[in-house]
Amino acid sequence: MTDFERRAVISGIGQSDVGRRLGRTGLDLTIDAALEAIADAGLGTGDIDGIATYPGANQGPPGFSGPGTPEVQDALRLEVDWHSGGIEGAAQLAAVVNAVMAVGAGLARHVLVYRTVTESSAQGGGGRSGIGMDGGGGGGGGGAPRFGGPLQWSLPFRAYSAANWLAMNCHRHMHEFGTTSEQLAQIALNGRRNAGRNPRAVYRDPMTLDDYFASRVITTPFRLFDCDAPVDGSTAVVVSTADHARAVDHPVARVEAVGTALRGRPSWDQWDDMTTMSARDAGAMVWERTDLSPADVDVAELYDGFSFLTMTWLEALGFCGRGESGPFVEGGGRIALDGELPLNTHGGQLSAGRLHGFGFIHEAVLQLRGEAGDRQVGGPQAPGRLPEVAAVANGGGPIAGAMILTKEDGR
Amino acid sequence: MAEVPFRVQPALDDENRFFWTSGEDGRLRFARCADCGYWLHPPIPRCPACGSRHVAPHAVSGRGQVWSFTVNHHSWDGSTEPYAIGLVELDEQPGLRLTTNVVGCAPDDVHIGMRVRVTFEQHGIVWVPLFEPDPDATPHTAADTTAGTADRGADA
Repeated sequence: MTDFERRAVISGIGQSDVGRRLGRTGLDLTIDAALEAIADAGLGTGDIDGIATYPGANQGPPGFSGPGTPEVQDALRLEVDWHSGGIEGAAQLAAVVNAVMAVGAGLARHVLVYRTVTESSAQGGGGRSGIGMDGGGGGGGGGAPRFGGPLQWSLPFRAYSAANWLAMNCHRHMHEFGTTSEQLAQIALNGRRNAGRNPRAVYRDPMTLDDYFASRVITTPFRLFDCDAPVDGSTAVVVSTADHARAVDHPVARVEAVGTALRGRPSWDQWDDMTTMSARDAGAMVWERTDLSPADVDVAELYDGFSFLTMTWLEALGFCGRGESGPFVEGGGRIALDGELPLNTHGGQLSAGRLHGFGFIHEAVLQLRGEAGDRQVGGPQAPGRLPEVAAVANGGGPIAGAMILTKEDGR
Repeated sequence: MAEVPFRVQPALDDENRFFWTSGEDGRLRFARCADCGYWLHPPIPRCPACGSRHVAPHAVSGRGQVWSFTVNHHSWDGSTEPYAIGLVELDEQPGLRLTTNVVGCAPDDVHIGMRVRVTFEQHGIVWVPLFEPDPDATPHTAADTTAGTADRGADA
């Protein structure tokens, strides 16, 4: 029996304008991304029979959720046989995995999947406030906000953000393995170099190591340039049955394997190995479902909500050994566009903007299709073979999803 | 101690009330299995180690070590003073950890392996457990930082 993944391809991709404080609604941006992805897949809205998103409506702080699937379905007047939106699952990639499963199970032939953020507009000109500082919680009755559930174990200690939580993981990694801030900086510097070649990236000016160390400390050891940049934007993909690859006028990305495992305690502070957390499990699972190996990967698009998370993914996906990501990225040559493992080729969330997971899958598909312009691996700027295998990873802490995509030219 | 800082408060319920009010008598308590002795955190009504339903709050020594930490500089809540957030592993069980604040020393003096003991900050009926340098600790040695092993909390 064929694994369910291989019954699905990513037949189309689309992306709205991406920027700081665009002042447009999430639905407006989503419609742009969705229509572009549907047309790119050689389809019309009447062909779409499934819809999925992460995280669904009304989740998290302002601007974090895009529109829910009912709003998008209604706006595009879709008639769907399958629909799904939610925040629990294999990170942001869960929405794509769900679509792949729906296609594999025969519930739908063409699923529109999207992720929309308007965090830049929502945060306005001020900095990010802490979770709980923007009217969340409840039961406060005018006093301090009150939280039950998992957040009660962090917010009362003024640990307000994933920046605080993951900074502790990063310190532990530095303590156990000798990882340095100079090594961590390479993730940010590499992202900025690549963003310079991406017209859609929000931060494109060159960054030096001195610039990195001059950026303000957010929460040790993280500086501002270790943290991703809130933006407004929407990204959409169409997941189709594999036979649709023959019907489009460009190569498609075939889904080779997914990694959705969560084998430790799903908690920010009780996980057994703080230096990796759930990336370890999703990363291990993805290789359990394919004959390919890390050595086959031509381009890696690995989540960088914080620079440290990309380091954990490099280890979790087996590009280097446990604890060895620091030396792996040392100097930045290996992960550069013309290096052995081109990494975050669009600039990642640190420099291209926090499209929250979906920017990586969009970029992986572009690279596999050979349509990444000035930043194309194997193109004039980085001569060599065009990529045929891409690794995509989303999430960090107790939330992780991974995917291996391969190029398929059905024309 | 300096002025009591703003803190988001826990919403008390039947499972967590003992934890957040425990400091009234100066003791920190975690849920513990009465049959096999396994410590549970966060509190849940069944022991994942042996399956027993005999779970009840039990006092710990209040001593442990800093497993990791961060010194926060960003103003999430309006305050601009740097402060130390610590992940403290209690002596009672490897992997029994609490996100907390390390107080009673300069934030930049906090380090992994540092020996600490509990102290409480009262907010009404809630006593927030914080940690301070342990005056009874023997001088820090390298061995402190490698104590404790991975704990998967396997469900038998």
